Amino acid sequence: MERFHWVQHRCRQLLEGQSVQHWYSAPNGVPDKNSQDAHCSPHRVSGKQRTVFGRHGPHQQEYETISRNYKSNVIRTTKYNLLTFIPMNLFQQFHRVANLYFLFLALLNWVPVVEAFQKEITMIPLLVVLTVIAIKDALEDYRRYLFDKKINNNAVRVFCGKQKAYTDQRWKDVQVGDFVFLSCNEIIPADIVLLYSSDPSGVCYIETANLDGETNLKQRQVVSDLLLQGVEFSPESFHSRIVCENPNNDLSRFRGYMEHSSGVRVGLHNNNLLLRSCTIRNTQTVVGIVVYAGHETKAMMNNTGPRYKRSQLEKHLNKDILWCVVLLFIMCLTAAIGHGLWLKNLKDPVFQVDEEMSPALAGFCVFWTMIIVLQVLIPISLYVSIEIVKLGQIYFIHNDLALYNEQLDSRILCRALNITEELGQIQYLFSDKTGTLTENKMVFCRCSIYGVEYPHEENAHRLKMYEEEKTEAAVCSMTLKSGYSVKSLSCRSLGCNRSSVSLNTLNTESEEEEDQLFGKRTSAFCSRMAKEVVPDPELVKKLNWLSCPVLPLSEGSPGTPSSLELTYIIDFFLALAICNSVVVSSPSQPQNVVPEAGTPLRSLEEIKLMFQHFSFSPFSALTTISPPQIKSSPGSRQFTHGKTNSFTFSTPPSSTTVGSESGQESSLETSNLKLHLSARRERGDIGQLDSRETEGDISKTKINPDMAKQDVEGLTREMDNDDELVYEAECPDEEALVHAARAYRCTLRGRSADSLLVDLPGIGPLVIQLLHILPFDSNRKMMSVVVRHPVTGQVVVYTKGADSVVMGLAETPTCAEQAQEIHTHIRKQSQKHLDSYAREGLRTLCIAKKVLEEEEYEVWLKRHLLAESSIENREELILESAQRLETNLTLLGTTGIVDRLQEEVPETIEALQRAGIKIWVLTGDKQETAINIAYSCKILCPNDQLLTANCGSKDVCAAILEELKLEVQRCEDSLTRITSKKNCGNSFLCTVASFILVIDGQTLDWALQEDLKSDFLELSRRCKAVICCRSTPLQKSQVVHLIGKELGVITLAVGDGANDVSMIQMADVGIGISGQEGMQAVMSSDFAISRFKHLSKLLLVHGHWCYSRLANMILYFIYKNVMFVNLLFWYQFFCGFSGSVMTNAWVLIIFNLLFTSIPPLIYGVLDQNMSADLLMGLPELYQATQTSQVYVPCMFWITVLDAFYQSLVCFFVPYFALAGSDAGELTLGSPINASALFIILLHQVLESHTLTWIHVLVLVLSGGSYFGFVLLLSVFCVTCNPPTNPVGVETLQMSQPLFYFVCALTTVTALIPRVLFRALHNTLNPSAVLKLAPMDKVNSEKYHERMQRWNLSHSKVKRLPLGADNPGLEPSTASEVS
Amino acid sequence: MMASSYNAKDEDGNITVSGPGGGALRSKKPENTAFKQQRLPAWQPILTAGTVLPAFFGIGLFFIPIGIGLYVTSNNIKELEIDYTGSDMSSPCFNCSQSFSWNSTKPCTCTIPFHLDQPYDSNVFMYYGLSNFYQNHRRYVKSRDDSQLNGDSGSLMKPSKECEPYAYFEKKPIAPCGAIANSMFNDTLELFYNNPNGTKVKIPLTSTGIAWWTDKHVKFRNPGGSNPNFTAVFQGTAKPVNWRRPVYELDSDPENNGFINEDFIVWMRTAALPTFRKLYRIIQKKDDLLPTLPRGSYTLEVVYNYPVRSFEGRKRMILSTISWMGGKNPFLGIAYITVGSVCFFLGVILLIIHHKYGNRSNSADISS
Repeated sequence: MERFHWVQHRCRQLLEGQSVQHWYSAPNGVPDKNSQDAHCSPHRVSGKQRTVFGRHGPHQQEYETISRNYKSNVIRTTKYNLLTFIPMNLFQQFHRVANLYFLFLALLNWVPVVEAFQKEITMIPLLVVLTVIAIKDALEDYRRYLFDKKINNNAVRVFCGKQKAYTDQRWKDVQVGDFVFLSCNEIIPADIVLLYSSDPSGVCYIETANLDGETNLKQRQVVSDLLLQGVEFSPESFHSRIVCENPNNDLSRFRGYMEHSSGVRVGLHNNNLLLRSCTIRNTQTVVGIVVYAGHETKAMMNNTGPRYKRSQLEKHLNKDILWCVVLLFIMCLTAAIGHGLWLKNLKDPVFQVDEEMSPALAGFCVFWTMIIVLQVLIPISLYVSIEIVKLGQIYFIHNDLALYNEQLDSRILCRALNITEELGQIQYLFSDKTGTLTENKMVFCRCSIYGVEYPHEENAHRLKMYEEEKTEAAVCSMTLKSGYSVKSLSCRSLGCNRSSVSLNTLNTESEEEEDQLFGKRTSAFCSRMAKEVVPDPELVKKLNWLSCPVLPLSEGSPGTPSSLELTYIIDFFLALAICNSVVVSSPSQPQNVVPEAGTPLRSLEEIKLMFQHFSFSPFSALTTISPPQIKSSPGSRQFTHGKTNSFTFSTPPSSTTVGSESGQESSLETSNLKLHLSARRERGDIGQLDSRETEGDISKTKINPDMAKQDVEGLTREMDNDDELVYEAECPDEEALVHAARAYRCTLRGRSADSLLVDLPGIGPLVIQLLHILPFDSNRKMMSVVVRHPVTGQVVVYTKGADSVVMGLAETPTCAEQAQEIHTHIRKQSQKHLDSYAREGLRTLCIAKKVLEEEEYEVWLKRHLLAESSIENREELILESAQRLETNLTLLGTTGIVDRLQEEVPETIEALQRAGIKIWVLTGDKQETAINIAYSCKILCPNDQLLTANCGSKDVCAAILEELKLEVQRCEDSLTRITSKKNCGNSFLCTVASFILVIDGQTLDWALQEDLKSDFLELSRRCKAVICCRSTPLQKSQVVHLIGKELGVITLAVGDGANDVSMIQMADVGIGISGQEGMQAVMSSDFAISRFKHLSKLLLVHGHWCYSRLANMILYFIYKNVMFVNLLFWYQFFCGFSGSVMTNAWVLIIFNLLFTSIPPLIYGVLDQNMSADLLMGLPELYQATQTSQVYVPCMFWITVLDAFYQSLVCFFVPYFALAGSDAGELTLGSPINASALFIILLHQVLESHTLTWIHVLVLVLSGGSYFGFVLLLSVFCVTCNPPTNPVGVETLQMSQPLFYFVCALTTVTALIPRVLFRALHNTLNPSAVLKLAPMDKVNSEKYHERMQRWNLSHSKVKRLPLGADNPGLEPSTASEVS
Repeated sequence: MMASSYNAKDEDGNITVSGPGGGALRSKKPENTAFKQQRLPAWQPILTAGTVLPAFFGIGLFFIPIGIGLYVTSNNIKELEIDYTGSDMSSPCFNCSQSFSWNSTKPCTCTIPFHLDQPYDSNVFMYYGLSNFYQNHRRYVKSRDDSQLNGDSGSLMKPSKECEPYAYFEKKPIAPCGAIANSMFNDTLELFYNNPNGTKVKIPLTSTGIAWWTDKHVKFRNPGGSNPNFTAVFQGTAKPVNWRRPVYELDSDPENNGFINEDFIVWMRTAALPTFRKLYRIIQKKDDLLPTLPRGSYTLEVVYNYPVRSFEGRKRMILSTISWMGGKNPFLGIAYITVGSVCFFLGVILLIIHHKYGNRSNSADISS
């Protein structure tokens, strides 16, 4: 049933799509893409706003007047109703030029002088098409009607004015302004502004799976100041007015404000809006007011039709159809002239019926008659057939087991239905890196804090072990200890640099090993891995210094961290834990609320004391007002916040529980969240009070450093015992970081809209007041949280972001020299670590913080609130506001996160490259990371020559491109010399040593400019692969556009994230990977797969098949039509070009419509010119379809010529056999038709590469139906078909041996050339299969041999230690090409 | 394979996830069937010289004998054609052809002597042949009313529009209407055997059995059912303009009169090509011992009515015996022999090619 629905859905899409699709489509056939793009432009909505009042509030009258124009919540997705169905459907259908053409022919037949057949007969094709489509439409519409009905009748509790209570109503009765009461797990009936949530912090969680497929919970918030109004929200007392924008389809934007009766305005934004068709989760009850209903909801407005892209083949086809039109015109003209001349030479013949007509006029009429007679020549039905065939192909793609992902239980999703054959012609593949080539399942790997690197060797080891024991996978980014570094690492300062480095020195595993091992690899790696991080002992030791607050006064002992370093470490982990948008839930605690902060492990007093002890640490180092203390030395004990200089220490009384306990931060009001919430206004004051209070004395103790080891164990033990917290993050990096922080016992326990509950080592739960979250955006490349520190009351900004940005913003405090020194040291070290992380292929992030002065914060807050409540330009203002905040950051540390390659990526890439597809990697990552990943997934081979283009200005860029081009030229020349000498016809080996261009975002900007474009293209065209790093989404799409347009090639873009959307939409074929980063990429793609490896089967097998099937089918269709129509044309020479036909008109019309229409469809869906295994095993075969070998212009003409020949044979053999005899018209037509049928069907057999029982069945049925039909006609049709009477013709014919002799001779003679051609072609010029099969063996053997030798010689390098910050491993540029 | 598909089904049953709508979702795993995975057992015809060879030889060996057989058969058919158009000054019918009009009441007769070199043994079919007569002209073909010819009395009085301009004559419906009927061949041909003793013996010609059985019994019917009184039946209709007699006076035999007159039926089955023949009479073989038409000289007497000069047509009388494959036509035999020989020849060439190049492709057999 599901499948049936799917097919129906596809059909509907197909049909809907068709109404605006083809060259013969309506004038409004604007590509769908434009309309999609239009979504993105923010100003689609008119400036008008909508005002909403509560329906049962005091504003009854205003409500009536205003809401009249608002749509109700009834949805009607049906296109027709009973009355309008026929006219509307006809109207829709006549938008298609194909139908108009049929209609034109039918009408033409009504002109008496032109009339070729009876009027009814020419109506048949039109009627058949219209009826079939109308029936499909009706069924589909009915299904939608039922679905609508079901939806509309869902029940929901709505506030009823009369009963003053929430009553059950149907969805369709919900109006704008209604108050809706929803419980957990209910589906939201309309777009609702959240007014009340049972959650004490006014938060509500929704799942948007119905909308975009994302299953993680999203947090929504009650309109900000309603919380204060009271405990229970009552609709009657709702007097506010809501002003918001008019309905639009931007899911991520909602702007407006709520004006209370007092005149106070509160900004509304996306966070307050619950969207229709989402589900309430983790929140008991929710009340909201409907602002958009029915078709005006964002969900409904986002319901767009299927994407339409016109394929290359179709464009090509249109050209050929034009040739058919020309052919038709010539034929008709020939007939017209012939008829004129024929008439001129006749004098008053007895068979001339209309004597009064002049020859010229008669010729003119014949022209039109002939257009009707020869109408079949224009294969309009081909378009319908192509669509059907593509549906069939998609059905098989959809059902392919190889494209099914067991883990996710997801199949390939085909969203575009009409570009299947483009999959077979891809020449350029643009791939995102993260989530596409890699798993996008992040595992925290290493970090560096305070300029000190913590390699987490055990963790790394464990990661490795995990792999080894589980899969023994030989290659992953971890083992790629990339001993090389490209010279241009620090080129930024030089302005420009380039280098070409041979990658020979790269460590790699042997090919064979990999090949063996990858087969076994499973992807079950992740979830556990991501959660479990083995802490670095060094770091744990340092943390313990802190937790057992023996203040490291005795700095003399090595390994003792300075207190400044400790503060860094604590801030670092705190930032990891809270600077994110992770939603926490635990199985034991389904309600996603911040748990009441449990009783702290010790009394409040103790905490206070402890805090006092540490009060200096998190802040002092960063506060600009306390520089003098840092002056002394990193080891100095003298911190101040105010006047405190001494430390107090309190020995933990219950230190046995979890090692030693201590806290670096504390809150005075952890015990009661409610208090905290209600008191939030006064928080600032309290905070200040706190800080003043806590400026007490601090004492110190010593701690046994030996405890560190035990602590690690203790930590892990604790982790095991820890109740299961489930983190749901929008981006996997965040999850990895939170888990990492948790490994160091800095656990994020809960989150509410304005507070965070964090477990800190030794203290237990701690509430941190969350002031703002400045979410991640791709312009800033960072995210921040603004929190008020519970103790000091200071406003602290924790920022996490891309190193390039954060390093730029992290400024040295303009204060004391010493501090500056420290900071510069930290930055230098961190940069070094970042570089080494990047070289290892780790994703790097920088963590920074900033302490805000109270006044500073006030100023910022004011402007930020203003920005938030503005309706116009809200996004821009908020961005600006965020940028204002994120300056002068203090760098805390950096993290390196491993992102493993997806399984079988290298194999896939290698296969695609062998298939002649050029692969570009477009990533936002660092150059080193990108190169490393590129290497590990075999985009780079050891022999490849790396061309790097980094530069700072346009002129330099031009020079570089020029130089690189020359170099490539030189190498190519030498290569060709070598190959010509060796005379190696072995193309595969020769391409092994090729060029890889690495270009960074800035340089790419220059290169994409108008004047350098051609150079860039020229250069990139000669490279096997191009890696663009640090590229923005815009650049990605620009690159795709440039290559696709300028080189005229077919491009494929694959990506998984929102940043790939533009690229995916730009490419000819966009593929989305449904992965960790939501569904945007999938929603904008043509095909959505779940794994990168699926690409190889999709392209190499399905693409190849689809293309060759379609190309062959099109050729066959054209052949069939030309062949059949020519039979009629030849007859014109014997009937005075009068437009008469030798067949029964019924047979003539139905011949194409029924008897010969199904076999090509089957052929188009099922034919396999090569087996799937062969195609997968020999990716080189892909090049045949890639370069359109099947469907080249000469093939079209050969086909047409063959058709001409066959029609000549098919007409003239019966002609000569019957010439001069007493044969009637139909008697001549009978053998001609029969043999035409045989020829056409057998031609199909010759052309198809596989014949299954389905083929045979269809062929037999087709042939049988023809004979059945004509026999029935000749028996029963006495007066049914007036002008040409078929009675007795076929029965008589088929009882005569002559008929069979003629048919046999005709069929054989017509097919001989085709058979001969095929046989000779296959023998003299064996196809790629036959050619490549033996060669491949030699190739792979040689290759493996070479690789083995190479591996032996380089095995030394492999054993070198991880060269993280060892620049000595730089390969020499001298060894360019081996 | 069976096992794996079984497993898949098991899984389908087990994994049931409750969706938000309450319905159970099945695992999306595609079924592992040969059809869905496109692994149906298939025959992959790859045409190479080697595989095609036998077919070519086979066709050659098969076609050549057939061709010879057909050719011999065709050659055994005896056929005689006499052109009596009279366009030549020397032709006996020249005068008749000159003084022609459809409406002339005075019949013009001409006599053409001819000689049979061989005796015709079996039944002899007598045809009239017309050349350059486009009976297949589109407008001409349509100009008839099949309902009327099928005996429909409504159509009789109200002929179809297709018959225009031969539907009505002086407000009376024409029966049979249309251009085809109107232009019906109306020469009368008679054969005389010139006995060596000087007497002319009229050869009996059978005028029935010349039309198709289906036409005579199914398609053409007289109006009024079996009413033998044709005059009454056709009351109120007009004869076709060019006809000399109304349709119910075509023959005296009621089984061969009116619309079911066989000459008329034969004429109404329009010829496919501008040069055609139509069966006129049959000379039945009477005696097993005597030839139907013995050797000797004959006379063809033509009542010359049908005008063909206006469109440069020709009229012929054809005498022909018939075989199982129809009339005399050597084309088919020759064509079979030619195609057979060509195939054989190509087979030889392919054999050579196969020996020279075939090894290459043999080594790379593709397993399906």
